[in-house]
Amino acid sequence: MLSCNIKGVTNGFPLRIEAEKVVEKQVDFNADFLKNMFPKIEWKALVAAAKSMGYTDLPDQAESSMIDSEEFLKKFHHALLQLHLEEGALICPETGRRFPVNKGIPNMLLHEDEV
Amino acid sequence: MASRPELQAPPDIFYDDAEARKYTSSSRIIEIQAELSERALELLALPDDGVPRLLLDIGCGSGLSGESISDHGHQWIGLDISHSMLSVALERDVEGDLIHSDMGQGLALRSGVIDGAISISAVQWLCNADKSSDEPRLRLKAFFESLYRCLGRGARAVFQFYPENLAQRELILGFAMRAGFAGGVVVDYPHSTKRRKEFLVLTCGPPSLGAAVPNGKGENADSCSDNDELSGDDENQTVCISDRHRPRKRQKTNKKGKGRQWVLKKKEQMRRKGNAVPPDTKYTARKRKARF
Repeated sequence: MLSCNIKGVTNGFPLRIEAEKVVEKQVDFNADFLKNMFPKIEWKALVAAAKSMGYTDLPDQAESSMIDSEEFLKKFHHALLQLHLEEGALICPETGRRFPVNKGIPNMLLHEDEV
Repeated sequence: MASRPELQAPPDIFYDDAEARKYTSSSRIIEIQAELSERALELLALPDDGVPRLLLDIGCGSGLSGESISDHGHQWIGLDISHSMLSVALERDVEGDLIHSDMGQGLALRSGVIDGAISISAVQWLCNADKSSDEPRLRLKAFFESLYRCLGRGARAVFQFYPENLAQRELILGFAMRAGFAGGVVVDYPHSTKRRKEFLVLTCGPPSLGAAVPNGKGENADSCSDNDELSGDDENQTVCISDRHRPRKRQKTNKKGKGRQWVLKKKEQMRRKGNAVPPDTKYTARKRKARF
């Protein structure tokens, strides 16, 4: 859901992921939360992000009717909440600016000329 | 604290490793932050349907406030400018996702993804010009505009902060209004200098039913909210009236001893401050024997 914030960038989303280390966290499964989040997620971006982190089980297309299926929800839950980028970088699709990720924290601080 | 931390150094330098550790291990601070977070979550008025929401914790620091959010069962994303504070948060293994960023540069989030935002003791840092290239107004503008964008419809943002003076509060309110927010300032315990806390409650989009700015807390539930209605066209906003809450100079009491009236008045003052005071009975300030 992060998008590039540099001045002048129109298409700053989605940020590509360059994954160096991916970790799987354990998060409690909550169907209501997932259903709430589903309309806000840009599905193609999530699939691309999951793929770059090594998770290819997500279906390429997703319709709102699919959220009733338990299996789909489980995959969604895994991709959204449990996959965690530990080390790597996020790359702006337009300018190519790299935002490094250390210990799971992306550093989104912009330089002075970018604000 | 003798002086305000904002005047000592910019936040990423003030909260270095030593200070971050000190801040997080102080039990007094932990207690205060927990209390403030609970109150902020209360003011956030999320629907009580058991559905966890995605919240933003702006200036999350070492995750003290984030823990309160997790306790309520919500997911959160925390932002902070101080790397040291974030490291402490990692050590404490907080449940939220952390981002190292500067709120004055704008929140780098897509539109409408957040269900609510809280910020505990952080927004006042925006008003300082730390680097020569900073201009607090631009930072405030960027912050509020991007916040307005990433909040979903009907979502609220609650900020507990420490404005330095009236002008600073006006400044912050002004920028929030210009970004499109509606809302006002809620003041808890306005009569007590120690316990007084200010919350900026902002709503996004047309207010739903029951989205009136809640009343602040005080003894006897006085309505202590400064209701500046921040509707869009009102450029000449109403002046913040919190000076009214400053305790007036007490009238000189009768020098001939401290009678019952005086005692009752004092007890009432203490009650307003929020202290526990025994009830007034017929024994209050009763004349006792000389050799009591």
